[in-house]
Amino acid sequence: MEQKKKTTIVLFSGDYDKAMAAFIIAGGAAAYDHDVTIFATFWGLNTLRKEEAVRTSKGLLEKMFGWMMPRGANKLGLSRMQMLGMGPKMIKHVIKKHNAMTLPQLIELSQDMGVKLVACTMTMDLLGLQKEELMDGIELGGVAAYLGDASDGNVNLFI
Amino acid sequence: MNTDLVVDTKGLACPMPIVKAKKALDSLQSGQVMEVLSTDKGSVNDFQAWVKQTKHELVKHEEEQGVYKFYVRKA
Repeated sequence: MEQKKKTTIVLFSGDYDKAMAAFIIAGGAAAYDHDVTIFATFWGLNTLRKEEAVRTSKGLLEKMFGWMMPRGANKLGLSRMQMLGMGPKMIKHVIKKHNAMTLPQLIELSQDMGVKLVACTMTMDLLGLQKEELMDGIELGGVAAYLGDASDGNVNLFI
Repeated sequence: MNTDLVVDTKGLACPMPIVKAKKALDSLQSGQVMEVLSTDKGSVNDFQAWVKQTKHELVKHEEEQGVYKFYVRKA
């Protein structure tokens, strides 16, 4: 049997619009029957954060990071036209109007289609995020895990 | 044209037409034909590329009053 093709995406950005692009490509690649991996690092990790507060024991600096960063995909800001929070509201309005999918829906779709989500452990440490604060079904890994997938990837993106 | 399955993605935006088509195709046997309906203007390019890469056959496609129809035979 023919080897499946592979798509890998590094999601560095924590912007709502950029994350949308990443998950749309991931869903499309899954429809192309690719093995798809999204490797979330730095601000991209906030895309995978649970919406509810999770009890964890951590230092003050880590706690402050936790308070300052958006909790989950629905809370992310836009890369342009943020306008003190008006921008995301407007985008969500036009998404609904045009029957497109919101970021949380796109993430759910990707998981449903078997897209592998990997959280970068080094940046989790830097930002003080713990595994319990991220959505269920997420794997942990480092650069080697990413390169392992990307080395025989047909499509490799950095967003 | 005889079809084994009709997949209605009218009104849905990218990437849903392709995603729904892929899920539907997974349920078919080799040689069976599905008909996909879409109103997404990008879907002609999308379906031609997708069918080619996934080695299935786009038997034909047509447009009628803003609704695109694609007939895909599973490889």
